[in-house]
Amino acid sequence: MTLTPDEIILAQWGPLRLNATIVFTWIVMALLVGGSWLVTRNLQTGPTLRRRQTILEGIVVLVSAQIRDISRSHNDRYLPFIGTLFLFIALSNLLGAVPGFQSPTGSLSTTAALAISVFFAVPFFGIRNQGARAYFHQYIEPNPILLPFNIIGELSRTLSLAVRLFGNIMSGSMIGAILLTFVPLIFPVFMSILGLLTGMIQAYIFSVLATVFIASSAGPQDRAHPADEPPPPAPISSSTTTDSSATTDSNATTKGTPTHG
Amino acid sequence: MDNLTLIGAISIFTAGITMAVGAIAPALGEARALTQALASIAQQPDEAGTITRTLFVGIAMVESTAIYCLVISIILIFVNPFWNFMVQQAGG
Repeated sequence: MTLTPDEIILAQWGPLRLNATIVFTWIVMALLVGGSWLVTRNLQTGPTLRRRQTILEGIVVLVSAQIRDISRSHNDRYLPFIGTLFLFIALSNLLGAVPGFQSPTGSLSTTAALAISVFFAVPFFGIRNQGARAYFHQYIEPNPILLPFNIIGELSRTLSLAVRLFGNIMSGSMIGAILLTFVPLIFPVFMSILGLLTGMIQAYIFSVLATVFIASSAGPQDRAHPADEPPPPAPISSSTTTDSSATTDSNATTKGTPTHG
Repeated sequence: MDNLTLIGAISIFTAGITMAVGAIAPALGEARALTQALASIAQQPDEAGTITRTLFVGIAMVESTAIYCLVISIILIFVNPFWNFMVQQAGG
């Protein structure tokens, strides 16, 4: 039984090894890039949209709205990074249900690479948003004594990001493999369905945590002041935002008296 | 008992204990978070989206300790470094 797809070595040239993780990562990358290229090749505007374009726009608007909610900023500067993380993790987790496909996120190498990219994205966005001086000043707040603890926090949250995703996906596929050996008939199907749910939730959690980490170091001037800032630009499909604003408005009016616990 | 048997027995026992303790504590913590979130949603249904999102993130944080325990027990059972070392020494 192989613990991770790292152990399946398909080819080897001297010190260079081609293992299954790399191959499946390439497959996921090819699917994402090829699918996006196919859909965005001839985009349309107007009342009638093609179905594929609607799907893609729905995903982009959904991710963008979630990032705006969490980071409380009205711009899309985190969208390329976070959206890529989410799409890659979600697709590779979902494809884990395909027989023969081993999720690249079930390997600690992949998840560590993703977590390290988040680790470097935090100072990148932090320095770009508020300057190096203000960013590094966060490390000695509220007290210079806390400097080592802040640094340890940076490192440990990167570690936990990597291990959380790896542990969830690896344990899901391993439980499936173990169950196949003694109840091979129906039961592994349910574990696979549970694995689909877990995979989506883990992709969501990874991106939410990355957004929270990046936004928390992005500085106070990026935070929301809805009264001061201009309203967000009109999204591509306006249905989601109008729906949410309509519901909040109706809720605000029907709420009546504030409740106290 | 020779060394190999000892390492095997202790590894299996430790894996079980790790999983047991590492499942109980995060389960209690997650249950507390969940009850609090349900109470909050019942009190303020408008904020259900924010509460649910924060709950997911918090539960993921709490659960990471359980995942650490799972990883350690899986390492102890399937890819135990001490066991592999002793087997290598006995073989070579």
